[in-house]
Amino acid sequence: MEFLGDLVAWFLDPENWTGPAGIPSRVWEHIQISVVATVAAAAIALPPALWLGHRRRGGFAAVAAINIGRAIPSFAIMALFLPISIRLGLGLGFWPTLLALFALALPPIFTNTYTGVRDVDPALVEAGRGMGMTDGEVLRKIEAPMASPVILAALRVSAVQVVATAPLAALVAWGGLGRYIVDGFAVQDNVRVLAGGILVALLSIGTEIVLGAVEKRVVPQGLTTTEDVVTGAHA
Amino acid sequence: MTTGTSAFTIAQADEPFIRWDWIGRNLDDLWAATQEHIVLTVIAVGVGLVVSLGLSIIALRWRKTYTPITWVTGILYTIPSLALFAFLVPITGLTMLTAQIGLVSYTLLILIRNIVAGIDGVPAHILEAARGMGYTPRRMFLDIQLPLALPVIIAGIRIATVTTIGLVTITALIGQGGLGFFILRGLQFFSAIGTTQILAGTVLSVALAVVADIGLLGLEKLLTPWARRRVTA
Repeated sequence: MEFLGDLVAWFLDPENWTGPAGIPSRVWEHIQISVVATVAAAAIALPPALWLGHRRRGGFAAVAAINIGRAIPSFAIMALFLPISIRLGLGLGFWPTLLALFALALPPIFTNTYTGVRDVDPALVEAGRGMGMTDGEVLRKIEAPMASPVILAALRVSAVQVVATAPLAALVAWGGLGRYIVDGFAVQDNVRVLAGGILVALLSIGTEIVLGAVEKRVVPQGLTTTEDVVTGAHA
Repeated sequence: MTTGTSAFTIAQADEPFIRWDWIGRNLDDLWAATQEHIVLTVIAVGVGLVVSLGLSIIALRWRKTYTPITWVTGILYTIPSLALFAFLVPITGLTMLTAQIGLVSYTLLILIRNIVAGIDGVPAHILEAARGMGYTPRRMFLDIQLPLALPVIIAGIRIATVTTIGLVTITALIGQGGLGFFILRGLQFFSAIGTTQILAGTVLSVALAVVADIGLLGLEKLLTPWARRRVTA
């Protein structure tokens, strides 16, 4: 009970709400790097996945991407890129974290988009061609909207995983909410550790809820949103 | 001016990227960490499988429980590992139990989904035939449904195992971690020694994941000889 009191006191302490180590600035750092990583991964993964799915080719790449993604821990990518980043003069923190989060988000987006487009009912594609649609039109007007529940679910799942993994960035000297957990472990301050854990969990759940709501709005009426996506590595 | 020696060495451009001599000197430690990594993974997947089988049997027996079971395990799966450890450390400390609670929780969703999907995928006419031959529900589950669901179940075990091997590295933060220990310690050196440790930990962990994946695939082929026969026939 005393512990809970300390926890409440931590959250009420105005010290923890101001300055570069305060909650608002840590949350902002956390969101910043998560958004950049997820958007970058989507920008790189979506075009080839859409095209390969449209051609119904490259299934091997889709399976390999998700398997390799699962086998290489984000923590290891972050740690490995740290010395490289220092050598290239890119400094600590930001770039190693960004690369690791990018690598985490990429495989699920690629694999799910590919299978989503590939599994669109061939009869619909056939009908589109019969109406004189070009490849690009078939992809834009039929396959992409039909696959949109899977694609958006994959983006949501990846974004949540990125937000959940970004705390590791504190290990390579970047900020974000992981600072509270990692620094708390270091000085054995369980209150700070738990406060960090609560903030990370809230941000992950918030991401899930917000993107879930976006999904409901964006997916065309008549198609249902889906939970059925392949997830990547867990962190 | 003489170069002063400092405990805090910054990597120099002419320094080799990997210090092979470090690996040579630390083979025993690397092997011990690999064994620890395997033990942590086997316990987590083993316990996860037992719990998942139990929950799957409940979900199959009482259909209404399936949605809540996947909902709860889905939430467990979404909790960031670092946050989960943050919640547990004040209660269970920096122990193997803390690590295992986290590792086991993350296997549940994957395993339960695959077990239930596998058993649901057994064709109805096969169940009908078994029932006609006088199989009791229990015998039918053990002799017919479980073996036929094995390929899907093992697919789940493969995903859970590979994911767990990666996650074990993070438990280094709470003093466990197997090969993650080297990754975490390597971060404290800004030199080739550090890079070498990170690389050694990563390569061995990925190698472990690949070997485990291939091994389980082999096990599946061994346990389901009829699947192979059907392909060649």
